[in-house]
Order: sequence, then C-alpha cells, then structure tokens
Amino acid sequence: MSELAIRAVNLGKEYKIGARAGNYDTLRDLIVEAVKRPFRSLRGELPGGSTSIWALKNISFDVRRGQVLGIIGHNGAGKSTLLKILSRVTEPTEGYAALWGRVGSLLEVGTGFHPELTGRENIYLNGAILGMRRAEIERKFDEIVAFAEIEQFLDTPVKRYSSGMYVRLAFAVAAHLEPEILVVDEVLAVGDAAFQRKCLGRMSDVAQEGRTVLFVSHNMSAIQRLTEECIVLEHGKIAFRGPTEEAVTYYLSSQVAHSGEKRWRDEEIPPQAHPFRPIALRLKDPRGNIAETVRSTEPLTVEMEYRLEAPIKGLRVGIYLLTMRGEYVFTSFDTDEREMYERWEVRPAGHYISRATIPADLLNEGRYLISVNASSYRVKRYFQHDNVLAFDVDITGAPGSQWPERRPGPIRPRLAWEIEALDEK
Amino acid sequence: MASSISLPDDTPPPSVILRPTKGWMALNLRELWEYRELVFFLTWRDIKVRYKQTVLGALWAILNPLINMVVLEFVFGRLAHLGTDGVPGPLFRFAALLPWGLFSKALTASGRSMLTNRSLITKVYFPRLAVPLASVFGGLVDFTIAFFVLLAMILAYGVPIPLQILLVPVGVLMTLIAVLGVGLWLSALNVLYRDVGYIIPVLTQILLFLSPVGYSISSVSPKWQWVFALNPMTGVIEAFRWMVLGVKPKTALPLETIVAISFGVALVLFITGLFFFRRMERRFADVV
Repeated sequence: MSELAIRAVNLGKEYKIGARAGNYDTLRDLIVEAVKRPFRSLRGELPGGSTSIWALKNISFDVRRGQVLGIIGHNGAGKSTLLKILSRVTEPTEGYAALWGRVGSLLEVGTGFHPELTGRENIYLNGAILGMRRAEIERKFDEIVAFAEIEQFLDTPVKRYSSGMYVRLAFAVAAHLEPEILVVDEVLAVGDAAFQRKCLGRMSDVAQEGRTVLFVSHNMSAIQRLTEECIVLEHGKIAFRGPTEEAVTYYLSSQVAHSGEKRWRDEEIPPQAHPFRPIALRLKDPRGNIAETVRSTEPLTVEMEYRLEAPIKGLRVGIYLLTMRGEYVFTSFDTDEREMYERWEVRPAGHYISRATIPADLLNEGRYLISVNASSYRVKRYFQHDNVLAFDVDITGAPGSQWPERRPGPIRPRLAWEIEALDEK
Repeated sequence: MASSISLPDDTPPPSVILRPTKGWMALNLRELWEYRELVFFLTWRDIKVRYKQTVLGALWAILNPLINMVVLEFVFGRLAHLGTDGVPGPLFRFAALLPWGLFSKALTASGRSMLTNRSLITKVYFPRLAVPLASVFGGLVDFTIAFFVLLAMILAYGVPIPLQILLVPVGVLMTLIAVLGVGLWLSALNVLYRDVGYIIPVLTQILLFLSPVGYSISSVSPKWQWVFALNPMTGVIEAFRWMVLGVKPKTALPLETIVAISFGVALVLFITGLFFFRRMERRFADVV
C-alpha cells in the first residue's frame, strides 16, 4: 500500500450568487438589505436560500504519492474550484481535505508578474509568491533562465517581452518549484508547440521524482500523455474515475450533443455572456438537413444562431474544430475577412445567424468536435462553450478510399496530383 | 466541525488539513514569519514600481513633504498665527509631516492593497496579512529619505539635536502600529464594501486637520485636548516631534498621558484589526 498524498472527503463549495447574502458591494446595499430582511422573513422567503450554487458537492478521492491524476470536465464543472481548495486559495464549505506535503500551484501562468519589472526581478518576485525561499531561487536562477531561453533579455522589463517569452519565463519559475504536491491548471494552453513539449517533459520528470501531480487540462492529448488515471467532473460531482483512456472517452461523449443541433437553455447561459445570447448551433448537409454524420465529399454548413441584446463593437463569432483527442484542427471567425471585419465593426442589437461552410474534401474520417466562441479581441470573451457538438465524417468516395486503410491525420484533402512520366527511350 | 477525519492507521499525520473555519481565528504569526521573504519582495516591488515611471523618482520623497510643509506653514503659520512651541515653523511642521506622510501614504496603499493584488489572492495561497503589511512597509523608504532632509534642516536652523533622537526607531514602530491599526480595518472592509475606497481620501484629508501636524496640541483649547488624544496619530506625532526637536508642548493633561491614550487607541485598533482581518480573510478569494 503506497502512501497517501491527498485525501478529500465530501468536499463541497457553495457560492452565493445573485442577492449574495452577506456579500454586499456597497454599504448602501447593506443598509437596504438590513431594512428589507425583517419583511422578507415575514413573507416566508428563505434568506438567500435560492441564490446559492454548489460549485462542488460530495467530492471524495484519494491520491497516492507519486501519482499523476488528471482532472477533466467542461467549463463550470468545478475543476478550478477544486484546485483552488486544494491549493488553499479558498476554503471548502463542507468536508475536508488532508494533504501530506507542501502544495505548489501552477495556476495561471504569470500570476504575480509585474510588467514594469525586469525578467530578473520578476524571477525573484514570482518565486517568492510561489513560496520559494530566496536562497532556493538563487540556487536555481541559472537553470530557470536557461529553461526559459531569455538570457539576453534578463534586464529588460517584461512588458517588452513577446507573449511567448513571457509565458516561457513564467512557466520556468513555476516549474522549478519543488513541492511534494504540484497542482497544474491549463498552463499548456499557451506557448508554441516546442515549448509545450518541453513543459510536458518537465512535468513527467516531476512525476518520476516521486512527486504528486494534479493536472487539469482541456488538452486531451496532454492528459493522455501525462496521466494514467483521471477524474471526470460534471456539475460539481465526480462523474467518473478510472484509467485515462476510458475517462477521456467518457468525457468526450458524455455531455456532447450528437443530434447535429444544440439549443441553449436560459440556465446554461452564464450572466457574463450578456449582451450575447446564444440560441443554437447547427450542422447542415448541402440539402439543408440537420446532420450528425456528414460525408467528407460534401460541404458542411455550420450555423450559429444568436441574439445581441445590445450592440457589440468588434464582435467575432467563431468555431474551433477539434479531433476526439482534443487536438485543434482549425479556428475560424465570421469576421476573419477584412471586408467582413470592416462591414461589421459594430454589430447592432438584433437576431443573427453566422454561417460558415466547411468545404468538401477537407476532413478525414472519424469524429470531430465543435466549440464556439464569441468575443471582442482583447476586450472581452462574451461566450465560450467547449465541445458543443460532435459529428462523424464518412469517407465514402473520398480520395484513397479504394484502399480500406486508416489514414493518419485529421485532414484528408483532395490534392491535385499529377504523374509525370519521364520515359527514357 | 461535524465531519471527523478518517485516515488509515498506518499513515503519518497530514501536513495540512483543509476544512471550513468559522468565527475568530488565531493570528498564526509563525506562518507569517515563514513568508517574511514574500513581504520583503512585495514591498520591494511596490517601491520599484512606484518610482520606475516617474521623472523625478525618489526626489518625490523629499518634494512631497516640502510642498505640504509650505502649505501648512502658510495656513497655520501665516494665516492662523498658531504657535509652534518655540521651534521655527517650517521645521516644526516638517518634523510632523514625516510620521504623517508615512501614515497617509500607507493608509491609501493598504486600503487598496487587497484589490490591486487581486490576481494573487485569487490564485495563490500565502498569509493574506502579507499584502497590507508590504503596502505599509513601502512607505519606510520615503520616510528614511525625508528623515535625512529633516536632519539637514535641524542643522541649518541651528536647533540643538536632542539625545532622545535615538528613540526615532521607536517612533517609527509606533507610527507603523497606528497605520496598521487603521489600514488593516480599511483593507479588509474595502474587499467587502468598495465604498471604503472613496472614504479613505476624505478620511486622510480630515485627519490631517484633526491631527497636530500643522499646529501644536498646545494650541487646542485645554478642555478639548483629551478628545484629540483619542486620535491615534496625535500621540505618534507629538512623540516624534519630541524625539527629533526636543519640544514638549504645554498641555492640560501631561503630554505623556496624551501620548499614552493616543497610542493605546492605536494599539487597540491594531490588535482588533489583525483579528478582524483574519476573520474576513477566508472570504477574500471568493469576493475580491
């Protein structure tokens, strides 16, 4: 029996929302509420009873020392809340968690970086924030700089760094923490592919050194490479725990609609999406029928229907296409074309459909996922819903389908091959 | 808590148990001490960043109290003709502006500190007290710079330097306690009620006139002096002025009593502030 690193028992976290009993933004609210309260109890309303949500409920699990446990789940499933509790940022509302060893969290890359300070200064500051001793930082300083590949820019303020350099430096500091338990959230969503590989490598080293890692990610291929066991969270509860392969399959097929159409119910739309209100996402074949299986030889139409309750400047509505392993195939937005971008600089309030056609002879056989996003670049992400729809691609008649083999790669384009015969007579 | 901890028999005791807490909490100063380097680095960051984009840089540490001195000298000296216990007016007022400057800057900084460090608080664990502490310590550099200016002024005016100037570190400590007493309350309250952010500048403004910065406590009508003694800054300022200039204003109550009452108020605010902050702390990450 190996030693325990984490034991969570019946963890629950309740957030007060809406009227937010107790959390008044201004003194005025507090006063108004104090006056109202006696009347409310007269009317028999529960004080704040209907305005709380349980972000987590009845979460119990053990993690052995040296284990790398993946935590997967859709947005709002409670992953971040769980990590926040385990990294002691917030307290559970009920239950408890016992930890053996120091916890280091690698939550959002660059937390605590100050843009005005130089790379060197930020290494010290960030190290201290993450709980490193000054001596420890000094000992690892050269290693951190080398890992981040920023030697020449050590004395440049990080506000002049490219986003890649910034991320590399931030990860480098955090990756040199030596806690017994490392909590990692979505760090691999950033950085270029080479650096992502380096980070993954560093994390598997950490695990091999016998330290415990909790890894939260949307990146299914990273999850599959790093973890052997996963927990799937759904609506704040553990829906599945098991070997990674099974957990990923469970996750990808659990909440995704297969019908070729997704309609959003009011309670599914987060309040911060306002003024963007998603209505439906549909997949249509060339005959205009809603389809869940499409032929690779036919174009596929993706329709996003939504309503704007107020005009939005610079809005872009788009899709991400992903493979079942969670790898991106492409990202595309409705105002990618310059003329569209200029035509729709401000999108007035109203009812819209953004429609795109994925050309024929693009996708390979298999199952794909679509995520949607509505945002204004660098201003606000109004709405993001990952893995809204899944669909299958059938390759009957596709290039090369005379050979019944599985072709690797997510795309299967029809290329203009020619064969030039160079006969030597 | 209702749920008791169940662990297999053969496991060592866990290093941390995370569970809901209620009510008043121990201060856990030992943990704060373990994080002293973080306090240092946060202080250092605040100082570095503060001067990085200014043209005059640390010169502001001198200009700020000098400008204030001129204004106070004009209002209280030239217009109101208030006595300065036999010390040249500018010197008298500049000396008081040292602890006052530390107080007013730290009050503004600590009141805002939990909000400006929001991204840290919602993502990383550390003793939350580190944040207001660091924001208060940031003012010590300005204080030190201004202190040398004060020494130069004392020499220039030919005022004899009293022996009790050696007690200045005690004066600084008293000021810090007075600042933190108010600052801890305000920083915790500001997380919950954003109104506090608007109250702070007004409060600082009012306190500047209710504290003996531009005038001496001896100018206050004797029957009201005890009311002034309730202001935590009164004792600190009068004590500091006695340390650096050797002046002892004539008061109805002995000056020692006034300082003791005033500092007692500061101490009570400081200790209750620490506990109040700790009590509110658990909600910060959810509310901020």
